[in-house]
Amino acid sequence: MKRIGVFLCWCGSNIAATVDIEETMAAARKMPGVVYVDHNKYTCSEIGQAMIREAIAAHRLDRVVIGSCSPRMHENTFRKTVEAAGLNPFYLEIANIREQCSWVHKDKLTATEKAISLIRTAVAKAARSEPLFSTEMSIERRALVIGGGIAGIQAALDIADAGFEVDLVEKEPSIGGRMAQLDKTFPTLDCSACILTPKMVDVAQHGNINLITYSEVEKVEGFVGNFTVTIRNRARSVDMEKCTGCGDCYAKCPSKVDSEFEMGLAKRRAIYTPFPQAVPNKPAIDRANCRYFTSGKCKVCQKVCPAGAIDYEQQDQLVEKKYGAIVVATGFDTHKLDNYGEYAYGKHPDVITSLEFERLVNASGPTGGKILRPSNGQPPKNVAFIQCVGSRDKAKGNPYCAKICCMYTAKHAILLSEKVPGANAFVFYIDVRTPGKDYEEFYNRAYEECGATYIRGNVSKVFPDGDKLVVRSVDALSGALVELVVDMVVLATSVDARADARELAQKLSITTNAYNFFNEAHPKLRPVETQTAGVFLAGACQGPKDIPDTVAQASAAAVKVVSLLNKESLLSNPTVAEVDIKLCSGDMSCLAVCPYGAIAEKFIEERHGREIRKRRVAEVNTALCQGCGACTVACRPGAINLKGFTNEQILAEVDAICL
Amino acid sequence: MRYSYYPGCTLKTKAKVFEDTTLQTARALGLEFAEVEEWQCCGALYPLNTEEVFPLLSPVRSLAQARAAGCTKLVTLCAGCYNVFRRTNRTMRSDAEVRGKINGYLEEDYRGQVDVVHYLEILKNDVGFAELAEKVSRRLEGRKIAPYYGCLLLKPRNEMDFDDVENPTIFEDFLRALGANVVEYPYRTECCGSYLSMANEEVAATAVGRILTSAFKNGAEALVVACPLCKYNLEEYQKGFREAAGSPAAGIPVLYFTELLAEALDVREQDGQ
Repeated sequence: MKRIGVFLCWCGSNIAATVDIEETMAAARKMPGVVYVDHNKYTCSEIGQAMIREAIAAHRLDRVVIGSCSPRMHENTFRKTVEAAGLNPFYLEIANIREQCSWVHKDKLTATEKAISLIRTAVAKAARSEPLFSTEMSIERRALVIGGGIAGIQAALDIADAGFEVDLVEKEPSIGGRMAQLDKTFPTLDCSACILTPKMVDVAQHGNINLITYSEVEKVEGFVGNFTVTIRNRARSVDMEKCTGCGDCYAKCPSKVDSEFEMGLAKRRAIYTPFPQAVPNKPAIDRANCRYFTSGKCKVCQKVCPAGAIDYEQQDQLVEKKYGAIVVATGFDTHKLDNYGEYAYGKHPDVITSLEFERLVNASGPTGGKILRPSNGQPPKNVAFIQCVGSRDKAKGNPYCAKICCMYTAKHAILLSEKVPGANAFVFYIDVRTPGKDYEEFYNRAYEECGATYIRGNVSKVFPDGDKLVVRSVDALSGALVELVVDMVVLATSVDARADARELAQKLSITTNAYNFFNEAHPKLRPVETQTAGVFLAGACQGPKDIPDTVAQASAAAVKVVSLLNKESLLSNPTVAEVDIKLCSGDMSCLAVCPYGAIAEKFIEERHGREIRKRRVAEVNTALCQGCGACTVACRPGAINLKGFTNEQILAEVDAICL
Repeated sequence: MRYSYYPGCTLKTKAKVFEDTTLQTARALGLEFAEVEEWQCCGALYPLNTEEVFPLLSPVRSLAQARAAGCTKLVTLCAGCYNVFRRTNRTMRSDAEVRGKINGYLEEDYRGQVDVVHYLEILKNDVGFAELAEKVSRRLEGRKIAPYYGCLLLKPRNEMDFDDVENPTIFEDFLRALGANVVEYPYRTECCGSYLSMANEEVAATAVGRILTSAFKNGAEALVVACPLCKYNLEEYQKGFREAAGSPAAGIPVLYFTELLAEALDVREQDGQ
């Protein structure tokens, strides 16, 4: 017979106010195998843990059940506690009587009844627990950073500075991302390029950083410490070794297309670098728009290239590399305005998005930094800024707040007043949200010093009237209808997850929220980790974020990577699936349901009388198995057991609840 | 093709020309419109109170009758009727509770099997605007027409699903098929003032004033509508402009789209109005 100790936690009043601890203890004493019962106000405290260790020694306990908060909270803590007392850490069982009991019930009588039932379940399971042991695994001490915006740049630099090799993969021909498109940055108005470009150069020059541009992650296999990643190096059609970045090719290229970097406000060539400060400053040929690739004639760039670097024969290359950790920093997309026909975007050239406005204000932008109306090239006198376009809109946009728009709109209003003296900014808003250091002061400056007029109201319609635009809204504070005649309308477009975020999440076995932003492992306590060990998040791919938050998160992710790569080896998770080959029928139902590709088929030889026959059975790769248990359910002969959650244990739990 | 046809009250009275030109043009296009027997008023407004289901009885009666007659489509003309029928039908398809109550009361088993369509949709989807253009014998060459959608054809967007709410094109495409010049102006989907013309004339007058002035400024010689109430408001307040003297928008004719269709197909009979 096992000697089980049961410890009940009050969690202050969190549990004790709803669950009758005395009564639960009395019930626990009568449970089979329980030889000792105690309670504590805060079991996770040093005193509480000492109580458990002492009771294990004094009462020769060999299994421990703790009735407390969710195992996701303190299971690791308590495992260490029982291990310190000389028990296998997997002899611990936690009954969640807080999140799943006291927090969700009001009636003490029924909550106590449920707590007793949960304790009985845990006792039944603990009585059948087996010792489990972790094994050591080696670590590939290199990191992969996906995305070369400010988040990826910061993470890569921090990891590289700590002495580890980093591959930085960027899908565009240059790193820099969204931040490279911006003019000034809030709340200090320092020039975005001035603070970003040096970092981009650092990346290019850092001995530990291997810059892989114009490339995408194709496939991710393996697990923490040992990822194998296939990277697609898209054919650049330019030999990076030979190219000197002189720029003769794009000066002479005859095909012009809308520049993505300039948000379509200017043209680029088919052979191009996205912007003059590109890193690497070497062009790529956009084959879809190249005259040679579409019609077979041209080759102008090849003729003018003094280095002979143009290579039309290049093919995409798949490269397989190994990493110990991965940082995802893929950024965001701006919201598509298809659902906002009322704002006449795309119908009238003077209705622009805020990112387009950034390009208009930018000294290296299409107008050389002059704010001019796209329709006639004249400076605007009156500009309406419409906030929350696609944000906080349950009906047809994103229900969430995009977080950055209030601040960048205040910035735009300030820049307008500086660049076009006498111009008026009218900002239509729902609420102005400016939490952040020096943020509220910045917003105050927009209307106090720079004269921006803030009108609380959701704009219902924008339409042309002659060469002007009419903005119709309500002024919600006075209740009056407002019609403003303006020269330009700037839409503060919401922040979306990348269109291909779900696809990447699948490759990485990480999860997304309802809007396709990657999920952190815990919203408060593990903000840069994901549920998949070894994969970390930085920047707006996890949720809308401004530059200060992005950089902070990127550095945090880098620290996590560094502390992982600093280890000599990793301990494996022992709660993995195990196949009993005597029972395995070899129908491989388990293989079909395994989300981690951890099950493979294996052929074993068996003697049948004189004959030796080969038989197919399933085999679990314990390094890949994450212990989800899907295979144990799919297995018809019941040949697969999840260690720590064996079929026997689970049936015992069911019996404890039902009988 | 045979359609169940629900005219609605106004088409039998004030908007007789709407019905006449509809039936003339439908005949010319080989469309058979079979009027629902003993139809009743559609209710004029779709009830805003979701618990109020009995106003839906009348439209469901007509829909059930259309189904019993073996028609898969019920056509309406007045934008008000269309709005009520379309939304009622949607509710009968999606809301089991309302469906149960109404069918219980009517002793029917109607589940939204009939499609509610507007005559414009038939012209677009069943006839086809390209084919329609070929059938036009007197093209409206050089005529500058401003389409006016109003609200009821389009909104609420999720329930009507008629056209793009902010940038609809069906009227424009229709007018081009007839050979007319389409006048673009920003007020084509603004409200005409609706029933406020009874309760608060000034609001309606302001609304109509904006629409007409904008259409006129953009060169419109006539407005085309699909709603008797819009037409009433647009015409009624022009009289006021005439009295106020000097409003250039006074005197713009407001026509049902079927009037132009009848003219273009050259099937318009002399009808006393």
